[in-house]
Amino acid sequence: MKNKVFTLEEVLDKLHDGQSVMFTDLHGGLAADEIIDGMLAKGVKDLTAIGVSSGRHNMGMGKLIADHRVKKLLTTHIGLNKASIEQMFAGELEVEFIPQGTFAERIRCGGFGLGGCLTRSGLGTQMQEGKQIVNVDGLDYILEKPIRADVALLHATKADKAGNLYCAGTSHLCVDYMAMAADLVIAEVEELVEIGELDPEKVIVQAPVVDMVYVRQGEKAPLWKSWASQIAKIQEKEAAQA
Amino acid sequence: MAYTGRELIAARCAKFFKDGDFVNLGIGVPLMCVNYLPEGVDLWLEAEIGVCGCGPMPHYSQWDMNMADAGSQPISLIKGGSFLPHDRSFGFIRGGHIDATVLGTLQVDAEGNIANWLIPGKVAPGMGGAMDLCAGGIKKVIVATDHCEKSGASKILKKCTLPLTGAKCVTDIVTERCYFQVTPNGLVLKELAPGYTVEDIRACTDADFTVAEDLGVME
Repeated sequence: MKNKVFTLEEVLDKLHDGQSVMFTDLHGGLAADEIIDGMLAKGVKDLTAIGVSSGRHNMGMGKLIADHRVKKLLTTHIGLNKASIEQMFAGELEVEFIPQGTFAERIRCGGFGLGGCLTRSGLGTQMQEGKQIVNVDGLDYILEKPIRADVALLHATKADKAGNLYCAGTSHLCVDYMAMAADLVIAEVEELVEIGELDPEKVIVQAPVVDMVYVRQGEKAPLWKSWASQIAKIQEKEAAQA
Repeated sequence: MAYTGRELIAARCAKFFKDGDFVNLGIGVPLMCVNYLPEGVDLWLEAEIGVCGCGPMPHYSQWDMNMADAGSQPISLIKGGSFLPHDRSFGFIRGGHIDATVLGTLQVDAEGNIANWLIPGKVAPGMGGAMDLCAGGIKKVIVATDHCEKSGASKILKKCTLPLTGAKCVTDIVTERCYFQVTPNGLVLKELAPGYTVEDIRACTDADFTVAEDLGVME
């Protein structure tokens, strides 16, 4: 079976200015951190970024925004990354806001060979402006078009050398549908195992759609930085009670 | 024990739930509802990120990057809880599988319109999953909000002035001062918080409302 494990340099060779890139981060955590750091070091810019949120200014995909490498962002929420808010209001970052369920379905359509989805999310709001309204059996729906990207940059808990992916718990998030909707699919993984070692019932992305696997060299996915200050506050309370 | 303020809002909202309901709660006061559930009421709490059956925040020694809610806060899983793909969690929401949601808001109006995602030119964090929650799949959409802004202006309006999150979707409005039901004929004042009169509510509410015949006390 073809071995899809690559070095960071080989991965970075595929990442260029002007690409559209999907990121699977959740608010900066569970990101392809080492590849993102590599993109920063390489100077990749003018990106169109696609992610559930804009992350945090000091974590994950949000670092690319903070360093002005992103010119357009398709997302559902930017409230936790002050750089994205400042750049949007300054006119430096174009933001297309998408309701989160619609975000998932548009990308799913992009990867599943569908011409779009009909949804009632955003009906009667400014989300329907400029979009086609389709009536099905008496109910109005907004036609939302598919989203695809040049690259999907996934984070996964485990991969095998063939490219099968497993994501633990809530880190599953948008990994499975983003893996279907990009021309080049790259996974940064915490742990690599031999082909056949992943429980077939737990594979959430099938090997044929994954092009490159990169195994993190540094520490495992760091906790959200905000958690450290939350823990400090709890410990303070505990100390006061003791 | 007599609750006041936000505790009262959360405690009143918690009374809408029946044992076994599948619910989605917004960040802040809505999530506080789980602390005031009546005896014998257990819920399936959804996290949009992909959980059916969120439990309380565990001790920090148990915090795990793969166990977080949509706001990236640490969670546990209740017995019987499970993980699910992100797109399916919105299938639950739009598809009518969630029994109720509780949302905070900037404005809400007498037609059941809600505006909680955008103040043009000022505040624009994005709607996250709020528009999906207001898309009509969930039959009980409860707004939990302070009655007025800090400036004293009413948040319960004849007509929302900010860009809408959802049109004609809100079924109930709970504030620290009263509880309104949203009906096709407008708002009906159903309950008053202790210490408030109908006149007090008229004085601080922009929207018109009628008073229920069986006007009760909110607790």
